[in-house]
This record gives sequence, structure tokens and C-alpha cells, in this order.
Amino acid sequence: MIKKMYKTGISKLTGMKFPEWSTMVQPFSVLRKSNTKNDFHLSPFQVMVQKEIADHIRNWRFIILFAIILLACMGTLFSTLSDSLKTLGANNSESAFFFLNLFTKSDGTLPSFFVFVGFLGPLFGIGLGFDAISSEQNGGTLSRVMAQPVPRDYILNAKFLAGIIVISVMLFSLSFLVMGAGLIALGIPPTAEEFLRIIVYTLLSIVYISFWLNLSILFSVRFKQSATSALTGIAVWLFFTIFYPLIVNLILKGFEPSQYASPNAIYVYKKLKFYLVQIMPNELFDEITSAILVPSVRSLGPLTMEQIQGAIPGSLPLGQSILLVWPQVTGLLALTLLCFLFSYLIFMKREIRSRG
Amino acid sequence: MVEKSIEIVGLTKKYGDHVAVDNLSLSIEKGEIFGLLGPNGAGKSTTILMLLGLTDVDSGSVKVCGIDTTRYPLEVKRRVGYLPEDVGFYNDYSGLQNLIYIARLNNIPIESAKKAALEILSEVGLSDVKDKKVISYSRGMRQRLGLADVLIKNPDVIILDEPTLGLDPEGVKNFLQLIVRLSRKKGITVLFSSHHLHQIQQVCDRVGLFVKGKLLAEGKISSLAEQLFSKNTFTIEGAITSMPKDLEEVVIPINEVVKKMNQLDGVAEVGLSDKRFVAVSEKDVTAELSRLIVKSGYGLNHLSKKEYGLDDIYHQYFQEEKKHDQKNV
Repeated sequence: MIKKMYKTGISKLTGMKFPEWSTMVQPFSVLRKSNTKNDFHLSPFQVMVQKEIADHIRNWRFIILFAIILLACMGTLFSTLSDSLKTLGANNSESAFFFLNLFTKSDGTLPSFFVFVGFLGPLFGIGLGFDAISSEQNGGTLSRVMAQPVPRDYILNAKFLAGIIVISVMLFSLSFLVMGAGLIALGIPPTAEEFLRIIVYTLLSIVYISFWLNLSILFSVRFKQSATSALTGIAVWLFFTIFYPLIVNLILKGFEPSQYASPNAIYVYKKLKFYLVQIMPNELFDEITSAILVPSVRSLGPLTMEQIQGAIPGSLPLGQSILLVWPQVTGLLALTLLCFLFSYLIFMKREIRSRG
Repeated sequence: MVEKSIEIVGLTKKYGDHVAVDNLSLSIEKGEIFGLLGPNGAGKSTTILMLLGLTDVDSGSVKVCGIDTTRYPLEVKRRVGYLPEDVGFYNDYSGLQNLIYIARLNNIPIESAKKAALEILSEVGLSDVKDKKVISYSRGMRQRLGLADVLIKNPDVIILDEPTLGLDPEGVKNFLQLIVRLSRKKGITVLFSSHHLHQIQQVCDRVGLFVKGKLLAEGKISSLAEQLFSKNTFTIEGAITSMPKDLEEVVIPINEVVKKMNQLDGVAEVGLSDKRFVAVSEKDVTAELSRLIVKSGYGLNHLSKKEYGLDDIYHQYFQEEKKHDQKNV
């Protein structure tokens, strides 16, 4: 059965027609051709977005980051696959969501896919945005573009939108690549639920990376030097991934209840521990990931015994999983919008001189 | 009535306590080449930024082509081409691509943008390097590309902020000629800011002298002197030679001649050093001076009336200001 599906998968692949290279290089050429008679042309904003995307894709920084993420994900994918193929037959309860395991499980040699996305995603976001405005300012191109009849926020919006488009394309292609590889290697198609979960996960990772993108755009608006803005972005990232957990641990040490403390005290302590880490965007994203990709996760914070009583162990439907992390999703979106708002405020009031 | 391209009334801009532009009023007619002259930090660039709505106006009003900049900056930017000081281009793109990008930002469809860009590139003499990346361009080429960039949207007004900065003398000359030629051909109003006196003198119809955020004087260069200095605007230089001794004529000592010069109507001051003299006067006394010298038995080697250049206006203004400051102290 597996073998048969594997074969059809391959035959379908070879039967696919690849679009011509020229249309891939110029994604808008197809559009343009079909519309030349109607005097079709892109609006200034679309032109700006198009240029930003082209700049990102041609940029070595992007190519290197993309290569790193691609290699990391491929590495984990193969180690997961080789591992999963062995356990596939033996395992029964976990294999209900086998495709999700491709994203979350690993054989221990390499971290899993979602860890890589959570770890490299912020770097990617920072890498795309840290010189968005400051490089234009230092290159003297900002005042030239701003002297054109385009509203001032166009440039900010174009940078942001182009970044999101690039990130979305990258993440979706990675997710689909992992899914496709799993499909070919195992011959089992994902269920609708699994597919939806993966799509939701990908969408939320886009939100997460766009938070870092926005943060770095904010720094690039605020700081004149691209290096300052890049370092500040990385500093924030390091703070949240390394130092803030340390600080939280220090604080929690002081509140740690004794072994014989009342359950209430322990509950309060656990709650405190839970809330202290909630302001970290990476923690928010970790929680979102675990709830979306592991359907058996039923709660993120501490639970009392009464709450567990009577619960049937099993997986949640997608809607319930999303409901579970709804606060986290809202928090992440709010942080993203806040960064965008601040960069907007700073930029709109700014005096635009040539070079500094 | 002549149409006004730029009208500034009571414009003021403050940075904290520092007043960058102080109650400036200025109007520039259509088709004129106006030179904004002033030392560094005089507020020229700030004024230009306010003309384009790139910085907030504290008080006063700016109208470009009859449109209020603070209210409709986009409308103004559609009609005004602005070449910033030390303009930057996308270095990874060719000159042509840079131009097309700017044209497309002006909502020109890509096909006509390309056509227009090629035309303008040949006009500014860059057609042979149009496909090279801008990073390989020389300073002069960049400046010319900047001018092309300004012209591609068919502006009514172009504003050039220190466009000749960093160009060699030949480059400056060519660039200025290019500006004049294009402006005359298309009837474009040009506002040209510089602290280089000669360049302004070469190309501008009218000049505004701008110091510490204030417009001290404006008008034709010749009338500028009269505005700034109420008297003693003429300087006459000459050199005297003594005639051969054997001629039997009464020779008056040179000092006497100088005294007589001083007594001429309108002469304020005569300086003499080694047979060269400089007379400063209220009115043109060249003829009287020459007659006096010849009558006194001397030969006149040369006599020249010095036209006031901006240089002199500039220097003299600052000298007077220094004196003024010292008095105040």
C-alpha cells in the first residue's frame, strides 16, 4: 500500500510541468502581458513593494539566512524521517497525528523543525529589517524617494509588506517542503486536521517573525546607524532568549515555597512563574507552537487537581487548541502592532534630510 | 501679472531655541533662475525642506505653483523636482533602473518611463553608461543623473540644493550650463542654493542673500550691492607712472595728487601704495580721476572700475557684521 502510493506520488511529480524560468524571475510579467491592452501598470506603492522584494531576494544576507534555515530544516527532516519510519509501525496512539510529529519530534541528534523556526526566525526577521530605513537614510535615497509624490508612510508600509511577503513565501515553502517530503517518504497523506494545524502554525510563525521584523524596522527608524540597529535587535533577542529566563529564575528563587507548603502557595508560585514569562515573545510563540502542533496539550499554565478531575485524556480539536492559545496569539499580534505603531509615529514626524 | 512659482510668506522654523529660518518672505517668478546664497548653516536647506513639506513649518505659509505645501504636499511634490544635497542612488541598480524607479513612483507606466528615462539620459549625456551600476559612477555623473532624476517627472519647478558641491571646475561649468539650457528650453523655474558665489553669479537671474535664517537682500546681483551698502559702492583701481624727467612740465608730488583725488566730489577714500591707488566712491568718478592724473603730469598705466561681484558683497557684508558685533560688545 505504502509502496504504491509512493510510486504514484513520484509519477505525479515527473508529470508536473514547471513554469518557464522567465516568468519565475519576473513574477509580474505574466500579469503585465495579459493587461497591456488596458494600459495596466502597478501603482507607486506596488512598485515600491516589488522593488523591496526584489532587493530582499537578491540580497546575500537573505540568501545566506535562507540557506541556513533550509539546511537546518532539511537536516531535521531527514533525521526525523529516518527515525519515524522505524517507529511508525510500532506506535499507535501518537501516529494519529503523524504529520505533526515531523514538525515536533526529532531523534535527538538535531533539534526539531519548530525549534529551528523558533530560534532562527527572529534572526531572519531582524536580518530583513534592521537596515530598512537607516540604509536609505545613509545612502541618501530616502530624501530622493520622499521628494516623489508618494505619501511618507508608503516607504514604511512597503518595507514591512515586502518583508512579510518574503517571510510568508519562505515559511510556506518550508512547511510544504516538510509535508511533501513526508508524503513522498511515507506515502501517508496528512489528514485535514493535520493540514489545517500546519497551516495555522505557519501563519502564526509568520506573525512571530513579523514581530521581529517590525522590531528591527523600529530600530532602523530610530537609529541612524544600521550596525546600531542590528546590534540592538540582536541584543533584545538575546535578552529574551537567555537573560530574561535567568532573571525570572532569580526572582522565582526568592519566592520558592518549601516542600511542605500549602497547595495554595504552590499554586500561586506556579502561576507567578507562568505569568512572568508571558511577556517574552519567544515564550508566547513556544506556547502557541506546542498547543497547535501537539493536539494533546490541554493547558499551558498550572492546573489544580479539581480542574484535571474528570478530564478525558485525548487530543483537542483544532478550534479548541486555537482557543487555548488565543491570549498568546493576541499578545503576539499586539506586540507586533505596537512596534509598527512606534516606528510609524517616529517616522511620520521625522525631518528628512539627505544623509543624516 | 507674472505668475509666481514659489511664494513664501513669514516662514519661520525653530529647532529648540535656535531659529533656523526667521520670518522669511520670498517670491520667485515662473521661469526664473533664482539663487539662494548663504554660508553653511544659514537655513537654506531647511527652507528647501519646508518648500517640499519634508519638515514641519512652525509658522508662515509656503505656496509652490499656487499650492499650499503644508496642506497638499503630494500635489506639490508632483510638480517639483528636488535634487537633495549629496543625492544618493540605489547603488546596485543601473542609472537607467534608478530613473525608471523614480518615474514609476510618479505613476508613469513602465513603458513610457523607460522611453522618458532614455531621452533624459541622453540629454544629460549619460546614455553610454546607462546600464552600468550607479556605484561605478563618478561624482559628476551622479550629479548629472540627479538632474535627470529631477527632470523625469516633467516638473514645473526644480530645486537644487548645493548641486555643484564636490564637482571639479570643469564639471561645475558643464553642470551649470546644463541647468540653464534645460531650464530655458522647458521654461522651468529653478531654485538653486549654494555658498559658491561665482556659480550663482554665472547662472542666476536673481539672487537672495541668506544669513542666519534671514533674507538680507534680494534682486539682481548689481542691485544687491546697492541694497546692502547705501554708499561707497564704487571702487576704482589704477596705476600711475611718472613721466620721463626731461619733459618740461610741472610735476606735483604724488601725495598732492592723492589729496586732490580725495577732494573730488563723491570720493570717500583713496589709498596709495607704490604707485597703485584704490579709490572708493559714492558714484562713478573714473573720468574725473583720469583727467586729474594726466593734468598733474603723470601717466596712467591702467584704470579700472571694479564691478561688485558677489564675493565682495559677501565679504564686505561679513566684515561689516563683525564691526557691528564689536561695537555692540
